[in-house]
Amino acid sequence: MDGKPDRDDLFARYDPGPFFDEVVRRAGSDGEQVSRLLQDRLSDIGLDLLYRRSDDAGRELFNLGITFLIYTENQAVDRILPFDIIPRMITPREWQQLERGTRQRVAVLNAFLADIYGPQRCIKDGIIPGELVLGNPNYREAMHDIAVPHGAFVNILGLDLVRDAEGAFRVLEDNCRVPSGVSYVIENRHLMQRAFPDLMSDIGVKPVSDYGRHLLEALADMAPPAVTDPQVVLLSAGTYNSAYFEHVFLAREMGVPLVEGQDLVVGEDDRVYMKTIEGLAPVDVIYRRIGDDFLDPEAFRADSMIGVPGLMRAYRAGKVTLANAVGTGVADDKAVYAYMPRLIKYYLDEDAVIDNVPTHICREAEGLAYTLDHAAELVTKPVGEAGGYGIVVGPKATAEQLDTLRQQLRADPANYISQPMVPLSVCPTLTDDGVEARHVDLRPFCVTGKSSWVLPGGLTRVALRRGAIVVNSSQGGGSKDTWVLEAS
Amino acid sequence: MTLLARFAEATFWMARYMERAENLARLIDVNESFARDSRGTNDWAGLLFLNGDLERFDERHDRRSAANVLNFYLADGGNATSIPYSIRAARENARTLRPLISTEMWSQLNAFYNRLLSLSPADLAVQHVSRLCTEIKEACQTHTGIVEGTFFRDEGHCFYLMGKAIERADQTSRLLDIKYHTLLPSPGDVGSPLDVSQWNTLLRSASAYHAFRRTHARGMSAPAVAGFLVFHDSFPRSILLCLKTAADMLERLRRRHGVTRGQGARDKLGAIIAGLEATDIDTVIASGMHEFLDRTQADLIDFTQVLGTELFGHAFQTQSAA
Repeated sequence: MDGKPDRDDLFARYDPGPFFDEVVRRAGSDGEQVSRLLQDRLSDIGLDLLYRRSDDAGRELFNLGITFLIYTENQAVDRILPFDIIPRMITPREWQQLERGTRQRVAVLNAFLADIYGPQRCIKDGIIPGELVLGNPNYREAMHDIAVPHGAFVNILGLDLVRDAEGAFRVLEDNCRVPSGVSYVIENRHLMQRAFPDLMSDIGVKPVSDYGRHLLEALADMAPPAVTDPQVVLLSAGTYNSAYFEHVFLAREMGVPLVEGQDLVVGEDDRVYMKTIEGLAPVDVIYRRIGDDFLDPEAFRADSMIGVPGLMRAYRAGKVTLANAVGTGVADDKAVYAYMPRLIKYYLDEDAVIDNVPTHICREAEGLAYTLDHAAELVTKPVGEAGGYGIVVGPKATAEQLDTLRQQLRADPANYISQPMVPLSVCPTLTDDGVEARHVDLRPFCVTGKSSWVLPGGLTRVALRRGAIVVNSSQGGGSKDTWVLEAS
Repeated sequence: MTLLARFAEATFWMARYMERAENLARLIDVNESFARDSRGTNDWAGLLFLNGDLERFDERHDRRSAANVLNFYLADGGNATSIPYSIRAARENARTLRPLISTEMWSQLNAFYNRLLSLSPADLAVQHVSRLCTEIKEACQTHTGIVEGTFFRDEGHCFYLMGKAIERADQTSRLLDIKYHTLLPSPGDVGSPLDVSQWNTLLRSASAYHAFRRTHARGMSAPAVAGFLVFHDSFPRSILLCLKTAADMLERLRRRHGVTRGQGARDKLGAIIAGLEATDIDTVIASGMHEFLDRTQADLIDFTQVLGTELFGHAFQTQSAA
C-alpha cells in the first residue's frame, strides 16, 4: 500500500525502550512483513481517524453491553474493558510453542489434581511438601476418590503469560478455577472486523469464533458416563456478577441455558434439575462460573445465596458433572506454582515448554531471606489473592511500603512468593500522546474434555498507563485483539 | 430445550414495563388538553389522579406544578410510576434475558435507558415535553419492532406478547376508570364542547381517536367511547381484544409448544373473557363503570398470580423433585 504523501509516520518517534516489542519486530525476524504492513496501514489511516474510530468502538462496546460491573459507593456501574485498537501479533512459530506449552500445562495440572485427590504419589515421593497441598485452603477433602471423566479436572484453563526482554514467554500464573476473559477475545475480534476491516485485509489471522463449539463439545465429553444426550447449563452468580456479560456470551455461543442457583434443585434421587415452565428438567453438566465456596451451602459456605443445596451430594454420586471440577484452586495456588517445572518432569517426563518466572517461596527459609534482602528489586505477591490485589512491585515501592511488606513477610511468610521483575514486553498502543509502547501480557485459553484444544491467541491485556506493568482490569488495564498469523 | 421459569417471568415483565412506559409517554403527551378545565388552565394534577399518585407526589413536592409533575414522571427514577423506573425495570429484566434476546434488542434498550439518564433540565421543560414524549414513544415502538423482527418464536415470545397484552388491558382500564371516576361531567356539561374535547383526548391517549372515527363517523357519546375501549374486537388496546390475545398465547403455548402446565391460567382468563362477552356497555354503565373496571383490574392481578404459580415457578420451593 502506498502511503499518502502528506501522512505522518505514526511510528517515526515510537520507542519500545529496552523491552521486547510484540508488533515492531526486529529486522529479519519472524513476522516482520506483517509488522511493516500493519504500521503502514495505521499511518495511512492517520491519528485523527484512529481516535475517532477508537471512540466509536468504545461507544459500541458500551451500547452492546460488552461490559463488566464495578461497584463504587454502593452503586453498580457498567464499564467497558477499555479496548485498544492496535492489535498484538503472534507469529506462527511463536504460536506453535504457545499451543504446545499450554497443552502441556493443562496435562500436568490434571495429572497433579488426579494424584492429590487420589493416591498422592507426588507427596509420598517428596516432589512437593504435603502441607503445601493438604494444608492449602483450596484443597477440598470432599473431592477424594471422585471419578472425574477423562481425568479432566481443569476443563477451562486460562494461562497467564508474560514475555521477557529477549522475547521468551514465561508462565506467570495458572488460572484453574473460573478463568474469565475469553468473551473479550472474541468480541474484540468482531469489533476489529467491523471498525477496521482495512487493517486486517489480506493478512491471514487464525479465527477465534468457534470457541463456543469447542467448549460445548468438551463439556458434553464430561457428562456422567450413562448420559447419551447431555443437558449442559452455565451456572452464573447472576446479573450483578461482574462477569455476567461473559456468562451470557458463553451461554449464547453454546446455546445452553444460563441458570442461577435459584433455578436448580437437587432431588431425592441425587439428580440435579432446573425449574422450567414445564416443571423440573434434568441437568447433566454444569459449567459453573461461581467459586467452590459458594457452590453448595450444605457442603461449603452455609451463607451462600447463589449456590444449590445438595449439589455436592449429586456430584459425589456421579449424577452431575461440574466444570471445572471442585478443588482445582489448589493447583493454581501461587506457592504450588513454583513446583510446576518439577511436576512437569515428574508426571510427563518432559521439560517445560514454557518456563515459569523464577520464584522464591517465602515459606522456605532461603526464599524468605532472599526476599527480605532483595524486596526492593522483587515483585512480592500474596499467594491467596487474585486480580492483582496486594502485589508490591519493589522498584516502584516507597521505603515505607517496603518496610510494611517486610513486616508482613516476617509475620506470615507462607503467604508470600516473590519473583524478579520481568521486563514485560510492549505493544504499540493508541494513547492521548499518539502511538506509544505499553506493557502487555497474554492469557491463552484451553478447553479440555476427552482432548485439549487451545483457542488461537488469547486475551492480550495492556497496562494503559505509561510504564505501568499491572494489566488487570481492576487496576486500569485494557485489552487488545490478538492476531495469530497463519503460516504463509 | 424448555424455557426456564425465571426467564418466562422476566420476559412477561419486560414486555409489561415497556408497554407501561409507552402508555405513560402518550398520556403525558396528550395531557395538556386532557386535563384542561373549563377556564382552560392546564391542570397537571389529572395525571397524578390517573396514576393514583397524588399522595406520593405531595410527599415529594410542594406544588403540583408542570415542572414538578414532569420531573416526577420523566426524570425521577425513584418514583415507581415514572418512565425511567419502568425502563430501568425493563432493562434489568432484559439483562436477565440476555442469553435469549437478540443483541439488537438489548443494545437498543440499553442505549434508551442511558439516554433517559442523560436528560437535562432543558429536555424536561414544558415546551419540549411533546418532543421528548415522542422520542420515548418512538424508542418503545422501536423496541416493539426489534422484538417483532428478531425475537425467536419460542415459548418466550408467547410470554412476551402475553405480558404486553395484559399490561395494555390494565392501562386501558385505568384510563377509562379515571375518566369516569374523576372527570365525569356534571349532567349540564354532557355534549358541551368541553365534554367532547375530553372524550376526544381520552381516545387520543389510547391512540384510538381515528380508529373510533372509522367505526363511529358521527357523534361521540360516553357509552360509545367506553364501549369502544372495552369491547371493540379490532382495536388493539381494547380490554377484550388484549385479553383474547393473552388467551391466544396461552393456547399457543399448549398447542404449538406442548406446554401442559397452565390449565389454571387458561381457565381463569377464559372466565374473565366469558364474563366480558356476556355483557355490553349499557349494562356495564348501568351497574357502575368503576365497579366493573375495578373488578377487571383485580381479575388481572389474580390471573398474573396464577401464572406465577403455574408457569413462573413460584410454587417450586415447596415441591420435591420428581
